[in-house]
Parts: sequence; structure tokens; C-alpha cells
Amino acid sequence: MNAVSTELATYNFAYLDEQTKRMIRRAILKAIAIPGYQVPFASREMPMPYGWGTGGVQVTAAILGPDDVLKVIDQGADDTTNAVSIRAFFKKVANMAVTTKTGEATIIQTRHRIPEEKLTAGQTLVYQVPIPEPLRFLEPRETETRKMHALEEYGLMHVKLYEDIARNGHIATTYAYPVKVEGRYVMDPSPTPKFDNPKMHMSEALQLFGAGREKRIYAVPPYTEVVSLDFEDHPFEIQTFDKPCALCGAENVYLDEVVLDDKGGRMFVCSDTDHCEDRRDHGHCGTMLAYDKETAR
Amino acid sequence: MYVAVKGGEAAISNAHRLLADRRRGDRTLPAIGIEQIVAQLGLAVDRVMAEASLYDRALAALAIRQARGDMIEAIFILRAYRTTLPRFGYSVPVETAEMQVERRVSATYKDLPGGQLLGPTFDYTHRLLDPSLLRDEAVEEGLQRDGEIEPVMRVADILSSEGLVEDDGQLPEGHVPGDLTREPLEFPMERDLRLQALARGDEGFLLALGYSTQRGYARTHPFVGEVRIGEVEVELDMPELGFAVSLGRIQVTECQMIAQFKGSAKNPPQFTRGYGLVFGQSERKAMAMSLVDRALRAEEFGEDIVAPAQDEEFVISHADNVQATGFVEHLKLPHYVDFQAELDLVRRMRREYEERNREEPGEDTLEAAQ
Repeated sequence: MNAVSTELATYNFAYLDEQTKRMIRRAILKAIAIPGYQVPFASREMPMPYGWGTGGVQVTAAILGPDDVLKVIDQGADDTTNAVSIRAFFKKVANMAVTTKTGEATIIQTRHRIPEEKLTAGQTLVYQVPIPEPLRFLEPRETETRKMHALEEYGLMHVKLYEDIARNGHIATTYAYPVKVEGRYVMDPSPTPKFDNPKMHMSEALQLFGAGREKRIYAVPPYTEVVSLDFEDHPFEIQTFDKPCALCGAENVYLDEVVLDDKGGRMFVCSDTDHCEDRRDHGHCGTMLAYDKETAR
Repeated sequence: MYVAVKGGEAAISNAHRLLADRRRGDRTLPAIGIEQIVAQLGLAVDRVMAEASLYDRALAALAIRQARGDMIEAIFILRAYRTTLPRFGYSVPVETAEMQVERRVSATYKDLPGGQLLGPTFDYTHRLLDPSLLRDEAVEEGLQRDGEIEPVMRVADILSSEGLVEDDGQLPEGHVPGDLTREPLEFPMERDLRLQALARGDEGFLLALGYSTQRGYARTHPFVGEVRIGEVEVELDMPELGFAVSLGRIQVTECQMIAQFKGSAKNPPQFTRGYGLVFGQSERKAMAMSLVDRALRAEEFGEDIVAPAQDEEFVISHADNVQATGFVEHLKLPHYVDFQAELDLVRRMRREYEERNREEPGEDTLEAAQ
């Protein structure tokens, strides 16, 4: 029997070997050239499970260099366990600078949110995507959906949205809300709340989407039109919240609901933790924070 | 007062520490060795090698130990290692007719060249718990038959000499075998890629699908032409040398499933084949694979596609247990941003529903009456 070698493997910069990175970069370039089109790529097995962001991790690994500064968020927060884990992974295999500050990052890998702070030219937002196909839940077959995209046959999606209105009086899709990119491809923005859809439109930053299990990469280049599907008489609208963030008082941001007790107590706080902390550092104050300061005295 | 959840890093590291503790278990007992796993849990090792597509018993055993015996986790660990390995070529097709068989049974012929050889099988054991295994009692050596080793003719070759079974088939000149670990999956697939997907597919999933074909969901009237287990030589063509050199021997299980075919305008009535080939000793997997392979060839034979086992996209997209377990288990990751959006929607719809009922009482009943 072979003895088990103690040196199993030495890993390349950012884990992936250079051949694989080249393959992924080619897919990324193609994706940028055809905004919203899903480019098949030979997704590798990553050392974290499918569903944990293997697509996003591969895209990030393929584009990042030693001078990049990486930020990783999950649900808008830098401190959720999976964001911590992915950040630690890149710190380990690429020995690179990481940050929680949106403004300082050159690459931001995200799951389910777009940061509140406006992204700028030179930044890249990498989305983790579970199901890249916006038509998947209308048509389970890949052979069919690829045909539908090729023929720009999106009637089924409009019928679905129309049926929502007929049944509920409004469109009942709250996240992964389909968008049309540059007037051509219908695209899944990944399961971000529709609140974030307008941020994709004409963004200065490059937006890359990686779906590892489904082996697809797609992209929205900077300054690209991204329009949420709607009807003239039922225009697209985003979620609104009745109250501002309880910690930093921010309005027009996406809030998480936090259960405080078993008596129905609730508070709403920023889902983007960096944005919230930054505001508090600048003296903004929400109702719960003010309350806390008083009781602390 | 609300305290934002912080310290993910410490939590993760503590969780890993506890996992290592639980993995080791009772420290008064000796730790289980890799050699012991290879020698005494060999079929578990074989399954991990097969579904990870990496033939290395020691690493598979290490993965099993690291995964605390969780097979899919072990397969995942080994695959994540395999994917980092360089790829330097394709072997010459292994010649299973020249296999040194340890087991070979045919259900279609009572006796045949090479004979029926039971080998190390559970088949005729009585599944009674064996108290002698509670202790470490001495175990007799296996018996070895003396005499010439005769070549063990493949059953398919016996049938094909009469032209009663379809040929092995030839790949087109210059065909490079597909590799779904290096190329993106696209449908429809060629049979070589499909077989690769099945060979690394989940044993349980293929077993259930194969079983479904026997119960009438795409029945193929199968017979086990033969199942054989043994070692085959792996050879690699060396362009510099102009001939193939041996890389070593590996153990494989091969199943040739013979299925009925009534014939078509192009083909005379003859038997068709389903094929299964798996690393190590895994008869269940090889047999299930051959049933599913045959079912997936429905289109090729102009058969009606009526059952899940015949549906290429369905079968291949869902056969990979590492992908499946990842996506199912990712549901435990935080989804509260999306849940918040849904919560908001349900609250809104509920409000609208209640307002409607308050403003226009009886309208619903009126409508219902019409």
C-alpha cells in the first residue's frame, strides 16, 4: 500500500491553477462582451460545498491579483459566518488585503445584496449565484431555456408576471426579480431583493456573476442598461420601509427585521453592516441606539 | 438590547475544534489507522474512489476518516483534492477481456469459457449478525485454485459471434473522449460523457433509477450478461516512444447488461447493451449504472421516452451527490434578506386581503353564488 504523503499538495496563488484561471477569464471576457448572456464554463470542485458560493469564489480567484483589496458580504453583512469563511479562505490562499469598508475594496464578493454605498469605476462586484437561469422555474429544461434566450422568446416570463397581477393585484416576486440587460437578455440578478435592482442600472462598477454548480458565468459591464421587467400600468417598484434603521437612522436602505423578545418586539436595522457602522461613526443615531445610550448612563 | 452578531471567525474556529474532538472520540481507544480502513473497510474506500473519480486507496481512506465515515463528505474531500491535480493524458482503453478476474458471474449461460467464479461475495451469506466479529478471532486464509490461468472470454463476445448483440460500437476517428470535470456540461450529451457522469454518480440515486426501470418505468427486459471484478492494466500512449507503457493495475467492476430490442427499420432484432464500469469492487453500482445507461439510450433506439430513467437532463443533472448535497444543505445558510422581502410581501397581501373583506363584505359570497 502506498504510504500517505504528508505533503499532499501545494496550492497556487488564489487556489486555482493558472490553466483554470485562464479558462475562467476567457469565460468572463465572453460574458462581458455579451452582457447578460450565460456563458458555460468548466466549473471546478472547490474546497467548499456547492451552494456556499463556489461560482463567486472561482470568479474572484480568477480575477484577483496580489494588490487587490477584497471585501466579502453575505446578506449585506461582513460578519456572517460564510462571509467570514470566504474572506479567511482568500486571506489564506492569496495572502491578500481584506477589508469590510465598501469604499476601500477593489473586489466585493456578495451573496444576496448590493452594498448601499454607490460603487465606483474600478470596483468589481462578484455575485454568488445559485440558479443562473431566470426562466428555470417556468421551464426546467436547459435545452429549452437556451433556445428561448437565443430566440429572445421571453413571453413566458411576461405571462408569469401578468398572472401575478391578475391574482394578487401586483407582481409577487420580491427577490431574484428578473431584469433585461442592454435590451437583449433577460437575466437573473441572483437572489438579491428587488430593492437592489436599480443599483445595477448604469453602475460604474463591473458586475460579474458566478454559478459554480450550474457552471455558468455572466456579466454586466459598467454603464450598462439594466431594466427590471414590468408593465406600463404596473411599473416596477422597490420595497419601502416604514421606519428608518433603529441603529443609524438611515432611510431608503434595506432593513433586516430583528426579533427582540417573545412578546412581538421587533426592530429594523440596516442589512448593510458596513454602511450602518460608517453612519454611526459619523454621528448618525437611530432610536434604539439613543435609547441604549440613555440607559447606559 | 440588540447586539449585532459578531465574532463569526471565533465561532467557526471553535466549531472546527469541536468537530476534531468528536472525530477523535474516546481518547482511551486507539485511533483508527488509514491502513486499517483500507484493509477492513475496503468497500467504503472503493465507493469513495469511484464517486470521487480518483483511484487512490490511501487518500480515500484518509478522506473517510476525516469525514467521520460520512461517505458523501469523504467523496467531496477527495474530489476537491483531485481537481487540483494536473492532467497529462488519456489512457489507452482498458482491456477488460484480459482482466485477472477475482469474481465473474453470468446470468445468461450456465457455463462458459472461464467459468463462473463467485469470488468474495455477500450473495449467499445469511445475514445473521456474527458474534465472532465482536472479538478478533483468527480468520482462515482464502483458497486459491491452482493451474493455468485461462482467459475469461466476455459474454458479449460470445453473443456477438452470432450477431445477436449489438457491437461495442466504434468512436469516430480522432474522437477525443469528453471530460465533464474539465468541460462545461451541455445537453444533449454523447454516450462517453454520459457514462462518465454515471460512473461518478451517486450509487443510491442510480440504484433507485435502475430499480424503477425494473418496475415498469421504462422496462428494458435486462439480463446480466456478466459481472466481473478484477484487476486491469492501465496503459498510456507515449508519443515520444511510439508505444503504450503500463502505469500499473487497478481494480474495477464491470457489468454488461443485455437488454431486449425488437429491431427497427435500420437494425435487425438483436440484443442491446447497457454498460457499467466502476473503480474497485461495487457490483451494485456497476449493475445500476448499466441499467440506467441502457434506459438513457432510448432515443438512439427510437423508444418512447416516458420515464425518469430515460430522461438524460433529469438523470445527469441530479446524479452528482456532491452537487446535490451542497445545494440541498445550503438552505441552512442565512437567507434572511430574501425572507424579509417575502415577509413584507405576505404582510402586504394579508393587509390587502383583510381590507378587501372589510370594505366589501359579501362580495365574495355573491361571486361564489353566481
